[in-house]
Amino acid sequence: MSDHEYTPKSKVGKWFNDRLPLLTLANHLTDYPTPKNLNYWWTFGGILTFCLITQIITGIVLGMHYVAHADLAFQSVEHIMRDVNYGWLIRYVHANGASMFFLAVYIHIFRSLYYGSYKSPREVIWIIGMLIYFLMMATAFMGYVLPWGQMSFWGATVITNLFSAIPLVGESITNWLWGGYSVDNPTLTRFFSLHYLFPFLILGLVVLHIWALHVPGNNNPIGIDIKKPSKDTVPFHPYIVIKDAFALLIFLLIFAFFVFFSPNILGHADNYIEANPLVTPAHIVPEWYLLPFYAILRSVPDKLLGVIAMFAAIFVLVILPWLDTSKVRSTVFRPIYKQFYWFLVADVLILGYVGAMPAEGIYLLIARVATAYYFAHFLIILPFLGFKEKTTPLPMSITEPILGGSPDMAMAKNNSNFKEKL
Amino acid sequence: MRSLIKLSFFFILVSSLFCTKVNAAGDQHDLLEVDWSFKSFFGKFDRASLQRGYQVYTEVCASCHSLKHLSYRNLAEKGGPEFTELEAKAIASNFEVIDGPNSDGEMFERQAKLSDKFVMPYANVQEAIAANGGAYPPDMSVLVKARSGGANYIYSVLMGYDEPPAGMELDDGVYYNKYMYGNKIKMSSPLDDDIVEYSDGTKATVDQMARDVTTFLQWTAEPHLETRHKLGFRVIIYLSVLTILVYFSMKKIWSRIETKV
Repeated sequence: MSDHEYTPKSKVGKWFNDRLPLLTLANHLTDYPTPKNLNYWWTFGGILTFCLITQIITGIVLGMHYVAHADLAFQSVEHIMRDVNYGWLIRYVHANGASMFFLAVYIHIFRSLYYGSYKSPREVIWIIGMLIYFLMMATAFMGYVLPWGQMSFWGATVITNLFSAIPLVGESITNWLWGGYSVDNPTLTRFFSLHYLFPFLILGLVVLHIWALHVPGNNNPIGIDIKKPSKDTVPFHPYIVIKDAFALLIFLLIFAFFVFFSPNILGHADNYIEANPLVTPAHIVPEWYLLPFYAILRSVPDKLLGVIAMFAAIFVLVILPWLDTSKVRSTVFRPIYKQFYWFLVADVLILGYVGAMPAEGIYLLIARVATAYYFAHFLIILPFLGFKEKTTPLPMSITEPILGGSPDMAMAKNNSNFKEKL
Repeated sequence: MRSLIKLSFFFILVSSLFCTKVNAAGDQHDLLEVDWSFKSFFGKFDRASLQRGYQVYTEVCASCHSLKHLSYRNLAEKGGPEFTELEAKAIASNFEVIDGPNSDGEMFERQAKLSDKFVMPYANVQEAIAANGGAYPPDMSVLVKARSGGANYIYSVLMGYDEPPAGMELDDGVYYNKYMYGNKIKMSSPLDDDIVEYSDGTKATVDQMARDVTTFLQWTAEPHLETRHKLGFRVIIYLSVLTILVYFSMKKIWSRIETKV
């Protein structure tokens, strides 16, 4: 945070700012000292904000034309696709936007994992981020139910049925969620209502997420604490703004490619069949972004334990700041953790893959091994590694390694090592 | 910049993983591949094929399969078969719809208008099932999007009728089809050479009719496909130019502090 007091130049501005310091806030946001060595993995915060706003705006327009009723929902979606002016565009942006949102959030999370952004003093940012992620999954799941296609219906049936695994009260809870004795119209209407509500909760949490970020300031690729403002930082505007804009445009090109040239590739064909409670699809699969958790759920033979494992998979992420015992943030200086990091990435991709496959034979076996490894990574490897690993020396500041201007020969040696890895 | 390259690589890796998943869902026989005119970036419908496809639909499919999400006006709209408004009106006038109640409180029958939805062959799903030996002939409005493989799948099923392999027992009213899931289909082969007579002189072979009706069904599923492709191309061009401009602005701004971006 910049320390100097801001005073608006104009009299009116000063009058207003004394009563509501919006201009001070705007000044803080533009001046905000940001590490100058942030790479493109850091642009996803801005991209995610864009995604959220896009989803909210397109969603509000879709809500004007959509009818939340079991007999009319599918038809109203087709009405949007055919008769509403540019309805097809709005719906395809919204549907693919969800996928792009998750793509960005996964990159954002894995960036945090790589550079140790969740570590002290940024634990609260991380936990709020995990809450956002959790709400995103709930929102996306309920959104997928709204078109009332076969996957909507059966996906909703499978996921809500998970709650019936809770001992004693499970069945009551499931009926309460459904608003009846099966997934039906009351389920659809409440999902619509909540699907409309949650994005605004997410928006509120995003404000807290950014607020919490602005207290300690950004982490950076070498993960050391830096003085702010200093030679190591640049003001957010224009340096970071223009860089984020460039990255966002690249992201938009990919986004546009999906929307205009293969808008249905990320969805399941069965969701263009109207929901039919009497016909179960051959394979019920959730959207791709939920597949790793679906794989964990199915890899446990007991229903209740499977549900617990699935939620635990998210919970271990929440307590991650205390599971990772290493004081060094950036993976750049953690040679052993770096390997485990990429194992984890591969593990999650494998979980995603087997989550899309039938839970039998070799796939089930792979899912079990991958699930076990997932938990081992967080509960065994991370705590243990923090004590055992010998990290490479950290540079003193950002400017030194980047500009290579250090007169200290010992430092220079470390720097060359560092550059190679960056 | 290097991390950007890494990033795009990562993206391609992930997306290819999930795209193979989609393809892997196919069945034992690989689907027939057709080089559809609507496929590529600039893909458009073959107007004549759409009109012939509509003819095949009305004369062959429409006795069992509905197109409930379409209206007769769609037939005259841009990007579709583009019948003239008069032709579309004439098509609509072949059908009777129930309207009302009138001022006496009575329901009445009248000729269909452009604004009416396509008249369905059966009053409801139950009647459709009862009339077709227990199998529901699915609504065709979004059929192409509702099957993995899309247009190729529909075309393949139409072309996939064959003698069952030795040892395969088929019940009465069940037919063998190479490309259908499970290889059993309750619809008998709908197309025979010259089952329709094309007014434009095209020879009505099974292959030709299958192509035409599939093209038509692709349009019914994606009536705005042409607009989408056209707009998409413009959006990509616009974004590309803007990206280049922003890239050089970024270079310029960051050059003030001599750090690589």
